[in-house]
Amino acid sequence: MGKVMLEVRNLKTKYVTRFHEDVYAVDGVSFKIEEGKSLGIAGESGCGKSTLALSMMGYYFPPLHYMSGDIIIDGKNISGLDPDEVRKTILGTEIAYIPQAAMNALNPTQKIIRFIEDVVRAHQPKKDKKEIRAMAEQRFAELGLQPGTLDKHAVELSGGMKQRTVIAVSTILNPKVLIADEPSSALDVTSQKMVIKMMRELMEKGYIKSMLFITHELPLLYNVTDDIMVMYAGQIVEKGTAKEMVFDPVHPYSHGLMGSILVPEEGTRGQKLGAIPGAPPNLKKPPNGCRFAERCKYATADCRYTSIPEKPFGDGRMYRCLKGVDELKEVYSGE
Amino acid sequence: MSEMEKARAQTDFSDKPLCLSGRGVTKVFGFGDKKTVAVDHVDFDFHEGEFVSIVGESGSGKTTLSKMLLGLSNQTEGEILFQGKPRDIGTGRKKREYWKGIQAIFQDPFSSFNTFQKVDAVLLDCINMRGGKHLSKQEKTDMMTEACNFVNLKFAELTNKYPFELSGGQMQRLMIARIFLLKPKILLADEPTSMVDACSRATILDMLLNLRDETGMTVIFITHDIGLAYYISDTVYIMEHGKFVEFGKADEVILEPKAAYTKRLISDVPKIHEEWDLSTVDLKQDA
Ligand SMILES: Nc1ncnc2c1ncn2[C@@H]1O[C@H](COP(=O)(O)OP(=O)(O)OP(=O)(O)O)[C@@H](O)[C@H]1O
Ligand SMILES: Nc1ncnc2c1ncn2[C@@H]1O[C@H](COP(=O)(O)OP(=O)(O)OP(=O)(O)O)[C@@H](O)[C@H]1O
Ligand SMILES: [Mg+2]
Ligand SMILES: [Mg+2]
Repeated sequence: MGKVMLEVRNLKTKYVTRFHEDVYAVDGVSFKIEEGKSLGIAGESGCGKSTLALSMMGYYFPPLHYMSGDIIIDGKNISGLDPDEVRKTILGTEIAYIPQAAMNALNPTQKIIRFIEDVVRAHQPKKDKKEIRAMAEQRFAELGLQPGTLDKHAVELSGGMKQRTVIAVSTILNPKVLIADEPSSALDVTSQKMVIKMMRELMEKGYIKSMLFITHELPLLYNVTDDIMVMYAGQIVEKGTAKEMVFDPVHPYSHGLMGSILVPEEGTRGQKLGAIPGAPPNLKKPPNGCRFAERCKYATADCRYTSIPEKPFGDGRMYRCLKGVDELKEVYSGE
Repeated sequence: MSEMEKARAQTDFSDKPLCLSGRGVTKVFGFGDKKTVAVDHVDFDFHEGEFVSIVGESGSGKTTLSKMLLGLSNQTEGEILFQGKPRDIGTGRKKREYWKGIQAIFQDPFSSFNTFQKVDAVLLDCINMRGGKHLSKQEKTDMMTEACNFVNLKFAELTNKYPFELSGGQMQRLMIARIFLLKPKILLADEPTSMVDACSRATILDMLLNLRDETGMTVIFITHDIGLAYYISDTVYIMEHGKFVEFGKADEVILEPKAAYTKRLISDVPKIHEEWDLSTVDLKQDA
């Protein structure tokens, strides 16, 4: 087993709304990523993927609040640090985070090199501009970006270039974990391929040590990450290797999700998709029993009332369902 | 294969009545140095009941074409035909008449609803628009309930709610419930599922297919997702820089593409049974 780069243990975080209601968006999440590995997260819109990414940085500000659990990066527990401390010692060096729609968040009138100066100086306030530029030019060249890009403004770049630039800037200090939230979903297939290739190179060259990748595009996730976990209503419902998850999902929700993959490959036109009627539970008051029970066609009365723990199985896999693995597989094979 | 799937795989639309056609349809923005030919002399024939996808990358002209089809903008050149005859939407009255038969759904469901109108009023409007004003209250409620059932929504839960009190997924279903009541001849959908997860997308796509089967409407589905286009459509048009570089039955276009552009689109999307080859990607080429 490789060295663990990131470990999250029973993390719980919540939003507090304007009306002082609590929304339990991340409710007891645990996982590990080893050095050189990448982990993907998929799940229904609103299940808490982006919140999990935010929570993992330990960078909390209202309405998001830390409740309990640990975030351990390369052996160092960062949970409970104050936001200022996190900004100075964690962001950029331990964790780099590419938020959903990051490329539209760049200040359009600022030159790219200024963003890099900001990132570097947050950690090394004394570093001079020449040194920073030299460092940036070298990294950009290695990643196939024109050094001239450094003097451009964000508005002058195409969508794909902007996204690659955001990633190059955020990883300039060689973080241990890169968290990318839908980094290529707004892009053309061609630009998407370039973004992914660049992320792979960052990993291969050792500029990032591990990666967490969030997307609802399952074929992409399958091709990019080593492992995949599926999230439902604030919790992880299944975890396995990319191959196991796509071709042999166990939890009824992941089963439906993976059965909805659309690819331009022979035979997919006549397939029956894994559509699941209904909506996920309200995260203000999640049910005590299985959170998926209300929509699960295999659910029994027990499912609604029994709180279901994470159940390990196979070679390092995990799922969260009252039914046994074999029982579920038998049901699926009969469909 | 079920009957429905068989029908989808084999229907030949070329002998079905024409719905919308185009001859040399062109749209130019600006002039001189700033001139953009967004849609460039396209020809097409969409038939009654046909599920057509228009696939292309960003900026290829999909939205520009759909606006012309909707009659929201005029073509610079060329002709659009409706049911085989030149489309005449020259006067306000004729335009309103045309719009009775055509509906659109867009990527952002929130933009499609009036924020100040309650959900049941939204559905009631559809019934009135279809000439159901005189129906009894009970008959109207029955129709709205049926429409909600069709899209897996509970009518009783929606009454008295405003659109912003619904989730994104509920909102998208509500859009389809509207289409169910309006029963347009033509439905134009511009990336209506681009931001949802695979399961919710599957639900919406299946609803659209059922609706097409039920009402016989023509669906024009605009997307950059070629896997989705393959799954859902009878006919696929591939658009590059304002031109249709290839079109035909979904099976032919996707499984035996002829245009270099189509081949590239297909090879560039990640798949699950074939290796996604990144070795050909040159990071320096996108300067
Ligand atoms: N500022 C906020 N205040 C209250 N609730 C919030 C806030 N932001 C998000 N939520 C809720 O938290 C839950 C998780 O949201 P999150 O953005 O993490 O979902 P997601 O899985 O990233 O979805 P998507 O796939 O759409 O990006 C949702 O139910 C959402 O409504
Ligand atoms: N109102 C306008 N004025 C000038 N140019 C325009 C206008 N609308 C669109 N264009 C240009 O026409 C071309 C086609 O744009 P269009 O929005 O139709 O593409 P699209 O295929 O819908 O792209 P996307 O997938 O990004 O939605 C683009 O080059 C665009 O910049
Ligand atoms: Mg998100
Ligand atoms: Mg568009």
